[in-house]
Amino acid sequence: MKNVAYINRPNRPLFIYAILFLIFLYLPILFLPLFSFNEAIYIAFPIENWTLQWYRDMFNNEPMIAALLNSIKVGVVASVASTFLGVFGAKAVTRYHIPGRAPIVSVIMAPLVIPGIILGVALLILINRIGVPLSLYTITLGHILVCVPFSMATLMTRFEGFDKSFEEASADLGENAWWTFWRVTIPIVFPGIVASLLLCFIISFDEFILAFFLGGTDPTLPLFIWGQLRFPNRLPSVLALATCILVLSLVVVVISQYLVKREPDSDTP
Amino acid sequence: MNNSVTTIKVIKEIARPYKSWRSRLRAFYNRSEAFKGYTLLSPTLLVMLFSMCVPFGLMVVMSFWTQSGYEFDTSFTLLNYEKIVSTPVYSQLLMRSLWISAACTLATVLIAYPMAYYVAFHVHRRKMMWIILMTLPFWTSYLLRIFSWKVILGFNGVINSGLMGMGIIDKPLEFLLYNPTAVVITLTHAWVAFAILPIYISLEKIDKSLLEAATDLGDGPIARFFRVTLPLSLPGVIAATILIFVPTVGDYVTPALVGGPNGLMIANLITAHFGIINNWPGGSALAIIMMLVVGFIAAIYIGLTRFAVKNIE
Repeated sequence: MKNVAYINRPNRPLFIYAILFLIFLYLPILFLPLFSFNEAIYIAFPIENWTLQWYRDMFNNEPMIAALLNSIKVGVVASVASTFLGVFGAKAVTRYHIPGRAPIVSVIMAPLVIPGIILGVALLILINRIGVPLSLYTITLGHILVCVPFSMATLMTRFEGFDKSFEEASADLGENAWWTFWRVTIPIVFPGIVASLLLCFIISFDEFILAFFLGGTDPTLPLFIWGQLRFPNRLPSVLALATCILVLSLVVVVISQYLVKREPDSDTP
Repeated sequence: MNNSVTTIKVIKEIARPYKSWRSRLRAFYNRSEAFKGYTLLSPTLLVMLFSMCVPFGLMVVMSFWTQSGYEFDTSFTLLNYEKIVSTPVYSQLLMRSLWISAACTLATVLIAYPMAYYVAFHVHRRKMMWIILMTLPFWTSYLLRIFSWKVILGFNGVINSGLMGMGIIDKPLEFLLYNPTAVVITLTHAWVAFAILPIYISLEKIDKSLLEAATDLGDGPIARFFRVTLPLSLPGVIAATILIFVPTVGDYVTPALVGGPNGLMIANLITAHFGIINNWPGGSALAIIMMLVVGFIAAIYIGLTRFAVKNIE
């Protein structure tokens, strides 16, 4: 890097701004865990008695556990399906010179920009016209649609990061395309695949807007929470549940980001 | 090296005396990169195209139908659109949604820019950690992030009970929750992490020697920022505004949770058409009008900013 004095100099006002920004970003979310340990039903300062009761109650909350299992099912299927689609898509756009690459990529990335309500309503109409009843399957379909762009983006960085000559060497040594793919490409992009699976799982796990339109009688966890918000006396149990979901999301996303952002060359076999 | 290998392959291919049409086809397929690429891409592209285009097409078709009880009257009519244009409530809600989104977009970009600037120019070690730290909340549950603001701004919420506990106010402030301002604050917080990345990327791309040149030619820090850094980072800013504005216009969770009756947005009305109002064709027409208006505004905005950037240059 060039030695530009004023850039290398630490900038104190901006540093303070950055800290304030992080506080603004994280503080609101931290109130949920804080009040989940509050014994009183209403959310209010000061917190007089601390308790773990709301967490203990969760284990006996059968509708909640059913919703959790639903969310896991949907998340696993959606993440595997969208990562599968993402691997092929990402390899195609990064490895081959395809005419019309830019418009194709923007079509695949479109669900990122289209408001969730539009996707939800449009898919609801399609499902209604085909005559399929709303269920966890229809939610999964919607989640695959929103997960593929993230999977593609994650895997594209991974494919761009590794040296094409590994694949060429394998081809020159006599492996056919399939074996090259399985024995060279997949091991190298493997961290990207794991990252994509984790990211898609958590996106599906936390997704509410599409599930709201496409869900039937079986709720996923966010739909369950939405239903509980109408009852003020169930607020503490929602807070405890929310805390668990937040912790899970943060852990999974940190792992997946770590896998993507790591230098691709450091773990080649 | 690789080139010579391919050349040899091609020469061998040509030198071969006779080939069946099947092996010719295979040879063509193996050599044509684009064809291979498309084959590999087709499952993903087809799934995405099918699950976006078919539903949108159906939605457009349905918007020309009418609802009769639980069935649809499939005769073609413009009634839904006429109703939307002639009923002032619809356009009022749409205008309010656009204003709320515009305010939220502006706030988001203003807050995100200095942060992206700091990480792009002043963080040298552990850059990745900062980026992950800034974008992490975006991956957590949208519903819960919005719900947390209900906890903060509510009648018995964090701010009210905190201020009362300190003896600053006697009774809870009612203006905090259930109004458009609460919607703007909540949306800004929910989307700000999404705005940082495009701005950061465009700032990171700036050639540092340009800044050096500006300094050498006598620009102070402020002049340098407005004449070099800001214009060069505009593509990122434009991308961020579009990425925030378009989805937030269609948000219905935030207004439903913190908006109250005066903070309701067009998406709440669309949702109601598919729920309690039970008028799917009417809801489809509303959704299409919302998309058209948002698309139109985004197109004008992109056109204007491109024009402005060109004039600056």
